[in-house]
Amino acid sequence: MDALKQALHLLFSLDPELLQILGVTMRMSFFSTTISCLIGLPLGALIGTRSFRGKAFLKKLIHTLMGLPPVVAGLLVYALFTHYGPFGRFNLLFTVRVMVIAQCLLIIPVVTGLTASFMEQSTRAVIDTAKGMGLSRRRVLFLCLSESRTSLLSVVLNAFGRSIAEVGAVSIVGGNIQWKTRVMTTAIMLETNKGNFSFALALGFILLLIAFVVNVAASFVVREGHDD
Amino acid sequence: MKKLTAILLAMLLLVSFAACGAKGDETPTPAETPENPVIRISTTTSVNDSGLLPYLQPVFESETGYKLEIQSAGTGAAIQKAVDGNADLILVHAKASEEEFIADGYGVERLPFMYNYFVIVGPADDPAGIKDCEDAASAFQKIRESESKFISRGDESGTHKAELKIWGDNAPDAAADSWYISAGQGMGACLTMASEQGAYCLTDKATFLSMQAELKLDLLLEKGEDMKNTYSLIAVNPDKIDGINVDGAKAFIDWMLSDEASEMIAKYGQEQYGVSLFYLLEA
Repeated sequence: MDALKQALHLLFSLDPELLQILGVTMRMSFFSTTISCLIGLPLGALIGTRSFRGKAFLKKLIHTLMGLPPVVAGLLVYALFTHYGPFGRFNLLFTVRVMVIAQCLLIIPVVTGLTASFMEQSTRAVIDTAKGMGLSRRRVLFLCLSESRTSLLSVVLNAFGRSIAEVGAVSIVGGNIQWKTRVMTTAIMLETNKGNFSFALALGFILLLIAFVVNVAASFVVREGHDD
Repeated sequence: MKKLTAILLAMLLLVSFAACGAKGDETPTPAETPENPVIRISTTTSVNDSGLLPYLQPVFESETGYKLEIQSAGTGAAIQKAVDGNADLILVHAKASEEEFIADGYGVERLPFMYNYFVIVGPADDPAGIKDCEDAASAFQKIRESESKFISRGDESGTHKAELKIWGDNAPDAAADSWYISAGQGMGACLTMASEQGAYCLTDKATFLSMQAELKLDLLLEKGEDMKNTYSLIAVNPDKIDGINVDGAKAFIDWMLSDEASEMIAKYGQEQYGVSLFYLLEA
């Protein structure tokens, strides 16, 4: 296949622009995933393991936000950071930082929602046992997190997958500026609009390859975890 | 937020107007449906998003019984779609690419039929002082000398190719010249970016006028001889690509070149903006 050959050629020729785009993509996805998980994992764990008033409503709200269309997230963040918008004075529009902000808006609900469901399903027994043992609430939460770490890793990978594949929000707030905010997905969009369909497909293969490598690395980490 | 609400409202209004318009234009007795009624036209965003094609479409359809399927993209993609066999004809504005399209055997004949001017827009205080320039080339020179921000489409669209042609051998390098921003997006997104960053931008006039209310940009230079923008119709060659609606493509081209369509094209924009957006080439 032509596109596949082109993809390999591109990768091995170490094209400086491609490397720069890959760099921006990885930087953006790393921060989006990390920040979303730092907020979403504990939040989801709390919601999943405790019962409180309004919990059902909160879960509905989170599940709704999990379906937020990326374009809408992009528009919202755009409206906040536009020159005359409330945060316009920070001059963040068309930067990688604001792309991370828009992505966090998309990914935090996903991480929170998934974590909450996992914890709810898999940790009931743990909680009952722990209560019987008279452990503190914090110890219980910690125990639950460690018990369900395989599921949680899949949440993290899900977050990463969202981030690296997303195009609607990042093209609005990032602007797809060459040498600055262009990432793999917006580059693919651009090549598609230019009519370079096979080149666009080649970039798509490279994106898939990255996702694959990250997943393999992650499963390796989990296997290590099971050994000890 | 207020601005966003206004945009959303405007879009809603436009959609509802369009819906009404389509209904009102339906004639009680449409022309007989041709054997192969669907015509696939691949065109550039400036023709479609300016509203010109949607304005002509219902009249053409009710008079001929054909159904027009409009695909709009940048000129590069618009041509590629035809090369891939996904269009019966193209309506684009990039002479060199059009000639290549024909030389490669994909197009039958290039029929230039209308034109307009690219314009240079920028911040009202015009930091590079291009307002009184003779043509786009000298304006670009001033922008380069003052290193004022400039947003380039960077997407190999017709507008981008026109911009590169004006720079000539002097095209800035997006990697080295930080004032030159290669956005890789459509005209609307680039104008929004120029407005945000107080930058200059080369644009087709139609898109600029349709967005002007939302932009902090002034029209600084127009009608330089090097800013002329010619649109052509090209039917796809049925000998090269199978499955082409030859009769349909011919019917649309004939209709577009008719006196009736010419009159409609020449009038388009006057009601809304007080100026015509497209002019007819003298035959």
